[in-house]
Amino acid sequence: MRYSGLRVIREGLRGQKSWTRAWRDPAPKAQYDMIIIGGGGHGLATAYYLAKNHGITNIAVLEKGYLGGGNIGRNTTIVRANYLLEGNSQFYSHSLKLWEGLEQDLNYNVMHSQRGIINLFHSDGQRDAFARRGNAMINQGDDAILLDRDELRRMIPYLDYDQTRFPIFGGLYHKRGGTARHDAVAWGYARAADQRGVDLIQNCEVRGIDVHQGRVTGVQTTRGAISAGKIGVVVAGRSSQVAAMAGLRLPIESHVLQAFVTEGLKPAIDHVITYGMGHFYISQSDKGGLVFGGDLDFYASYASRGNLPTAEHVMETGMTLMPMIGQAKMLRSWGGIMDMSSDGSPIIDKSPIEGLYLNCGWCYGGFKAVPGSGYAFAHLMATDQPHQSAERYRLDRFETGRDLMDEEGRGSQHNLH
Amino acid sequence: MRVEGKGRINRDKPLNFTFDGKTYQGFEGDSLASALLANDVALIGRSFKYHRPRGIVTAGSDDPNGLVELSRGPYGAAIPNTRATMQSLYEGLVANSQNHLGPLGFDLLAVNDLAAPFLSAGFYYKTFMWPRRFWEAVYEPLIRRAAGLGRLSRGMQAEPSEKAFGHCDLLVIGAGPSGLTAALVAAEAGADVILVDENTELGGRLWLEDTVIDDMPAQTWLAQISAKLSAMPNVRIMPRCTVTGAYDGGTYGMIERVGLEHAPSGTVPRECFWRITARAAILATGAVERPIAFADNDRPAIMMAGAMRSYLDRYGVLPARKIALFVSTDQGHRDALALQAAGATLAAVIDPRSDAPALGDYPLYRGAEVVATRGRTRISGITIRDAAGKTTDMDIGALGMSGGWNPNIHLACHMGARAIWNAEKSCFLAPEGAVPALHYAGSAAGYFSTAECFTSGFAAAINALSELGLTAPHTPCPIAPASRETARPHWVVSGKKRAWIDFANDVTAKDIRLAAQEGYQSVEHMKRYTTQGMAPDQGRSSNTTAIAVLADATGRGISETGTTTYRPPFVPVSLGAIGAGAQGKGFAPERLTTSHAASVARNAPMVATGLWYRASYFPQNGETTWLQSCNREVGYVRNAVGVVDVSTLGKIAVSGPDAARFLDFVYGNMMSSLPEGRVRYGLMLREDGFVMDDGTCARVGPYDYVITTTTAAAAEVMAHLEFVAQVFCPNWKLSLTSTTEAWAQFAVAGPKAFDLVAGLTTDLRRDELPFMGWVARDVLGVPARIFRISFSGEEGYEIAVPVGYGASLYDALLTRAEAMGGGPYGVEALNVLRLEKGFITHAEINGRVTAGDLGMTGLLSKKKSDFIGRAGAAREGLLDPARPALIGLRPVDGQSKILAGGHLFEADAKPSRETSKGYVSSACFSPTLGHPIALGFFVDGRARHGDQVKMVDHLRRQETLCEICPPVFFDPDGGRMRD
Amino acid sequence: MRIPCPICGERDSREFRPKGDITYADRPAAEAGAAAWHSYLHLRDNQPGQIVEIWRHTHGCGAWISVTRNTVSHAILGAQLLRDRGQDHAG
Repeated sequence: MRYSGLRVIREGLRGQKSWTRAWRDPAPKAQYDMIIIGGGGHGLATAYYLAKNHGITNIAVLEKGYLGGGNIGRNTTIVRANYLLEGNSQFYSHSLKLWEGLEQDLNYNVMHSQRGIINLFHSDGQRDAFARRGNAMINQGDDAILLDRDELRRMIPYLDYDQTRFPIFGGLYHKRGGTARHDAVAWGYARAADQRGVDLIQNCEVRGIDVHQGRVTGVQTTRGAISAGKIGVVVAGRSSQVAAMAGLRLPIESHVLQAFVTEGLKPAIDHVITYGMGHFYISQSDKGGLVFGGDLDFYASYASRGNLPTAEHVMETGMTLMPMIGQAKMLRSWGGIMDMSSDGSPIIDKSPIEGLYLNCGWCYGGFKAVPGSGYAFAHLMATDQPHQSAERYRLDRFETGRDLMDEEGRGSQHNLH
Repeated sequence: MRVEGKGRINRDKPLNFTFDGKTYQGFEGDSLASALLANDVALIGRSFKYHRPRGIVTAGSDDPNGLVELSRGPYGAAIPNTRATMQSLYEGLVANSQNHLGPLGFDLLAVNDLAAPFLSAGFYYKTFMWPRRFWEAVYEPLIRRAAGLGRLSRGMQAEPSEKAFGHCDLLVIGAGPSGLTAALVAAEAGADVILVDENTELGGRLWLEDTVIDDMPAQTWLAQISAKLSAMPNVRIMPRCTVTGAYDGGTYGMIERVGLEHAPSGTVPRECFWRITARAAILATGAVERPIAFADNDRPAIMMAGAMRSYLDRYGVLPARKIALFVSTDQGHRDALALQAAGATLAAVIDPRSDAPALGDYPLYRGAEVVATRGRTRISGITIRDAAGKTTDMDIGALGMSGGWNPNIHLACHMGARAIWNAEKSCFLAPEGAVPALHYAGSAAGYFSTAECFTSGFAAAINALSELGLTAPHTPCPIAPASRETARPHWVVSGKKRAWIDFANDVTAKDIRLAAQEGYQSVEHMKRYTTQGMAPDQGRSSNTTAIAVLADATGRGISETGTTTYRPPFVPVSLGAIGAGAQGKGFAPERLTTSHAASVARNAPMVATGLWYRASYFPQNGETTWLQSCNREVGYVRNAVGVVDVSTLGKIAVSGPDAARFLDFVYGNMMSSLPEGRVRYGLMLREDGFVMDDGTCARVGPYDYVITTTTAAAAEVMAHLEFVAQVFCPNWKLSLTSTTEAWAQFAVAGPKAFDLVAGLTTDLRRDELPFMGWVARDVLGVPARIFRISFSGEEGYEIAVPVGYGASLYDALLTRAEAMGGGPYGVEALNVLRLEKGFITHAEINGRVTAGDLGMTGLLSKKKSDFIGRAGAAREGLLDPARPALIGLRPVDGQSKILAGGHLFEADAKPSRETSKGYVSSACFSPTLGHPIALGFFVDGRARHGDQVKMVDHLRRQETLCEICPPVFFDPDGGRMRD
Repeated sequence: MRIPCPICGERDSREFRPKGDITYADRPAAEAGAAAWHSYLHLRDNQPGQIVEIWRHTHGCGAWISVTRNTVSHAILGAQLLRDRGQDHAG
């Protein structure tokens, strides 16, 4: 069923009777050409692009819980292509281009809103670093504008420019950055993949990966054994856990990242704003809630929940940056499990086991990567060649030290990225 | 309307307040909600999506509708989304309704209600996609304007909140019958108890209780136990406190309403956010009443039956003279009786149970339902359909409803536990042990009668005491008569019209069925698709009903359907409270050097450098730009003498017989060969082989060294060295002490530097202090260390004195420098001086460079078998000769700007990611050389000296042809600083 | 979260700073080879459940400690001073 404004009106007049399921609820078959482990944003997008770009439709997406129940359903919804380093630069640029046509492509309104992102800086040194990044963005063909303090003040007058602890020197403005409705991205990909014949199988937990003579043959699940010659692991947060089923160790540690939303408010913040003297980012959802987050809790966790020290620090940062939010009330907090990689950048690569492919290590950055990641991973799984946008996301870069993408310059300690 | 003789308000103390510009009167002890109801104000606000008229539904923190903007006069802007049921009335309170366009009674956005057929759950995912550009330009702004609730006004918080820590043996959350019992038992056993309740006074349901406890009226018993607890030194009673979250290690978040309870005065904090650490806790948070979903059940003056009772018994308020109740609980019938006894005309009690009890003399409709309501801005009538299907219309002024009770189990589920459906009690309960050392009592545990509340509160206390290792006291359990507590959940009345489940987010039973129809059948999908339970009330009264409707629509049971995840906070918490103290400068400590006051006195702009402040430059009369001052200060150093505070650099004393060995291990280069009295430059790697920091190492004794770090990396280096010492070298004889704040240190540099320094001492000879040496001397009578090191390329001395002498030494240095034609310089000049010499900072050491990139491979000793980072640095990717290497840059035309952050390209290349071969890391105008200079990195840069490359800065529209040169621009042999 | 510092006793986690898995304490020998160093620097078991990890009592005694903790429940089962492991890992 195709969605359109006209159909919304027609169904409205007919009592919504004809709306059909957004996706089927199939029982798993015994055999598929490919299996995608993980029905989150990246997994669903992979399945969609395998079907759309490569004509491979005999695919199952196996999801332990409900579709979109991982980090795609638990993030701060920021979409951007403002990276510094070769590798990330082209990948996120490609991903943003896919975002820009996503609604029409999926026939699902994911509410991608290019409202602009502003990264604030608070010293000459930070300005220089952001200038380098902004120039890298333009070199890549994306957009960036360096705003000075006065320009910034005209654009976002509600920041504390006069009394704050770390004065604001200016900001790097990425106009095409913005937000999207996170759940809708998962649902849009799910519906579009389902329409192309992909089996989306929920409540189906993978408990084992079958490997014979160095190649994968299938998986053991809570809904029985399923065989396939190619298996993609797309389970950010739990990548190490699934990889261990095939005997692999990854350069990843799982960490909790919290985020927060306030009660609904009339429009107050029109952009995405990030603070430069500590991790803090904020935007306002279309429903009116201020959506914001900060740093990791820093300790390894599989608990999907954080603790107060980080939460308080995030809100303290908000208070020094834009004191007006002190009047708002935090309504809900949540925690996602992040795949923190050793250089802060992701991995889209073959594993040492033939037929087993890895898509992991997204750290904080997974949401905006969904279209690009699905696209590149589908390409890799279908052709056994890396897509050019993701050819630097190699698994062996840590061992060789070649083309590491340490955007933060913090080294190999996982929780510092 | 107010009822004489009822309620706990103080009728001797009338209070005036204003709502939507109209002045009313209430009494001390009123909530804003009760005062409005007493004045027959039923219409409080507009609903989120359809902008339907809405009024108060409950009497507690679960109220879905009653959100207003509370004005705080001069003490900050209005507080949006203030819950009227929880806001105490005070003299002069000013509140306004929110979320409407035009007057509250005639909201223009109510047009949404007419368009409701087209605004079903998730409609926006299906449209607004064409044309593509219209989303940001047209659709989204319209949606944003219509959505949202209160307004956020800009500005600083003039009425700040604060934060506090609390510690106790036992935290009792909720002071109803079970919480009071538990607190008393634990306190009598000697436990240190904190008893909290979100209401203004203790008691909970005991205010509404007409039963007898321990042979006395409930309220008398309440007064006695309250007095007893108040008198106990080991009990802290904290009313107006809501526990917001359960966290690890027995930590609970809690918000206390402080100044908010009173007219703003500016003298008390608005709220206080508590972090309470308790060895054990008791969840006695009670239960909230469930609405019933029936057609148009959202009109003002339709409220919970228990809330009607609450307004009567706590505030002496009836919402209308003529009322009806639609209930499926026995408690609802008792509430009906109490309302009737207080003078309300009880038009009907409608109970869908065919075996409903008749507890008194009132029209009882058994097996019946309310199928329609009437009234625009408040309910005026209902239609009852009886068991036989016959309908009766009835005019009423208010309708109470009760479909059962939802225990407040949220805190118990904050650590990820899934609530379990209890079919017998028809409610979700928390599994045991869901939060370590948290015990459940009373209706939060599914014990709904007062008698059971007492026994379960008592038992919970006994359990907690045994966990605390305390002996149970001989306190008897309070006794209340057993009462019949049957209830049958009545979720939804079937019908075609919209029946609201989530009032706050305008989610109807139809929306939930539509979600199921479209395949959004997981409870999480339903929630996210319909927005059920995501409004300010977090679906406290509605979620269970929504789950029941979803279960019905999907043919699953409620148990199988399950709940969504419970997450903190239990009630919305002001960011101003959780983030208290951070506004303005409070966000981070301020570290001030001993020269701070003198620098400020000389009008130096102070810039934040990490937590420190440093002088940027020292303007003089006639100078209009920072560059003029900077150039002059550079001239001091190059031609006379300049003085700068370098105390912010990290200083670490490394001592012990194994100190030298240790330094060899943590530095890339060799330190053990350093003779006493000498200083050496050192490079530290991270274990992954990239450069962490640089600095100097001075040997100050046989077993004693002082090393310096950069300002930015001081804490990181100290932690790193401690790690290496404690973890890798636990048996080495070694100690590390951060002495950064023990010493004030000033660099004195320039051709006249020695004269200045020598003048401060009695016997310093130039030849006894060669370059990279140090001596201990009295400086102006104070024991000091004088290091001959240079970050400027001139003859330089750094004088370190105990920090208490810093300010006076700085004054003396400036006085003498000025007499010699020099003076103070700031970090701007410092940066120019170091750039002229090609010295690096963290602009170059950006965490991604190797020693090789910096041209410092020689600082990685080949003689040492091991040091931190040696193995990591040996990886092929770090040794690649094609890596960008440190270079100097100067404009070919001698004047065009080079900008830090610009990228570098071959002179004939078209700028792109693929052609970018490097970047500028630092740049400045060199007054010494008379042209711009810069440092940067370029692919294989050391082999390119003399080549021309193009610097492109798209952001600032600058393109400059540059020549690559060695990074040292001035005095490349270093003769000026050495000789 | 409350962490039992072996020197200072139980303290709020905000006094501490975590570094990561206990792997960091088991530094390979200089000549251990690329694979050992890769494993040390990057690879982690990272399985849900009980782990031993490294924290520093930064705003306390400054000790580096190992903490045994469950990454699913966050329950803390004990802590030890890393220096008490006793073995030198440096040349």
